[in-house]
Amino acid sequence: MTAIQSPRSGKIAPQYKRSGGSKGNFEMLAWLFMRLSGVVLVVLIFGHLFVNLLVGEGIHAIDFGFVAGKWADPFWQFWDLAMLWLAMLHGTNGVRTIINDYAEKDATRFWLKVVLYAASAVIVILGTLVIFTFNPCPVVDGVQLPGGFCPAP
Amino acid sequence: MTTEMAEPASKIELPAGVGGGGEIPTFHITLRVRRYNPEVSEEAAWEDHQLTMYGTDRVLDALHKVKWEIDGSLSFRRSCAHGICGSDAMRINGRNRLACKTLLKDLDTSKPITVEPIKGLPVEKDLIVDMEPFFQSFREVMPFLINKGHEPTKERLQSIEDRERFDDTTKCILCAACTSSCPVFWTDGQYFGPAAIVNAHRFIFDSRDDAGDMRLEILNDKEGVWRCRTTFNCSEACPRGIQVTQAIAEVKQAILGRKI
Repeated sequence: MTAIQSPRSGKIAPQYKRSGGSKGNFEMLAWLFMRLSGVVLVVLIFGHLFVNLLVGEGIHAIDFGFVAGKWADPFWQFWDLAMLWLAMLHGTNGVRTIINDYAEKDATRFWLKVVLYAASAVIVILGTLVIFTFNPCPVVDGVQLPGGFCPAP
Repeated sequence: MTTEMAEPASKIELPAGVGGGGEIPTFHITLRVRRYNPEVSEEAAWEDHQLTMYGTDRVLDALHKVKWEIDGSLSFRRSCAHGICGSDAMRINGRNRLACKTLLKDLDTSKPITVEPIKGLPVEKDLIVDMEPFFQSFREVMPFLINKGHEPTKERLQSIEDRERFDDTTKCILCAACTSSCPVFWTDGQYFGPAAIVNAHRFIFDSRDDAGDMRLEILNDKEGVWRCRTTFNCSEACPRGIQVTQAIAEVKQAILGRKI
């Protein structure tokens, strides 16, 4: 049997008490970034799909050499870099929002976010490295790896 | 002495098909109420009542019938019973409505009509929830006129256009149907909720009020307007037809416009 406390007015259960804290504009900026990056991503992704799949021989032209050719051009390097960063930040922020909405315990919320941020950081850093350090004709131990389009050593 | 009285002159001739002597059609319903009494059991349970109701009856009348004629321990809030006081918001057939504005004939009477307390707030007994967290958020947005100018000798005048700007949000009756229909509020009770934002909107866009910036600052909180996911549950739930989601979007824009 539970005794009902009285009077109850004025008492607020702890889960409804706002923890206060962050006074900055982070949530506003995140909200704005979500919308702006979304618009830019539509352009970047459809541009990417158009160039890769429709122009010239279209999908049949895609192979290792095609990608290597694109990444030899700084324009496509920055296009892909922008796509990588915006998509990753957009997606990470989206999942962060979902975690905030659905995780009920503070500890669960914290650890899910740690995993999320770690995974995002790995992919963003790795992707950036690949775009800028990509070498289509690597020479390993003095031996040229196969690649028909590479100049003879 | 004969008491025969003359028919009133305004009597309308009804066709034969419409009710015999003005009688209202009756029908049978099953009212399935969510009962909870912490003094008896920690578990809430469904309870069915078979009732014969009239075509003019509302869900509130069915609840009254149960309370007055069958089981006096059934607890629910109601005051004016005419859709103005905002006391009897409850979840009827899974949707937040006012029991006093929901006609039984508009519901599917072939199936049980479920009546539950509104979600997201602690249930105290049966259909009564603790509204304190809801009113705390309402208080925090300062829902009163703040004017820094001199006190006018007569009323504070306002143009029709200026009044029109926030007309929609003046209609709120604080029934909590919107806030307790919001999935964000269900999992995060710290969210200010649609009702508090609607009542902030009412003063933020009032040309006579000078504290709009303070209210926008309060709602720029991480538990403020940015938690809104525009699911439109609140707009759908509002018994006064307030475009709640739109009001929230306008507050978002006002914050953005002020910061950038």
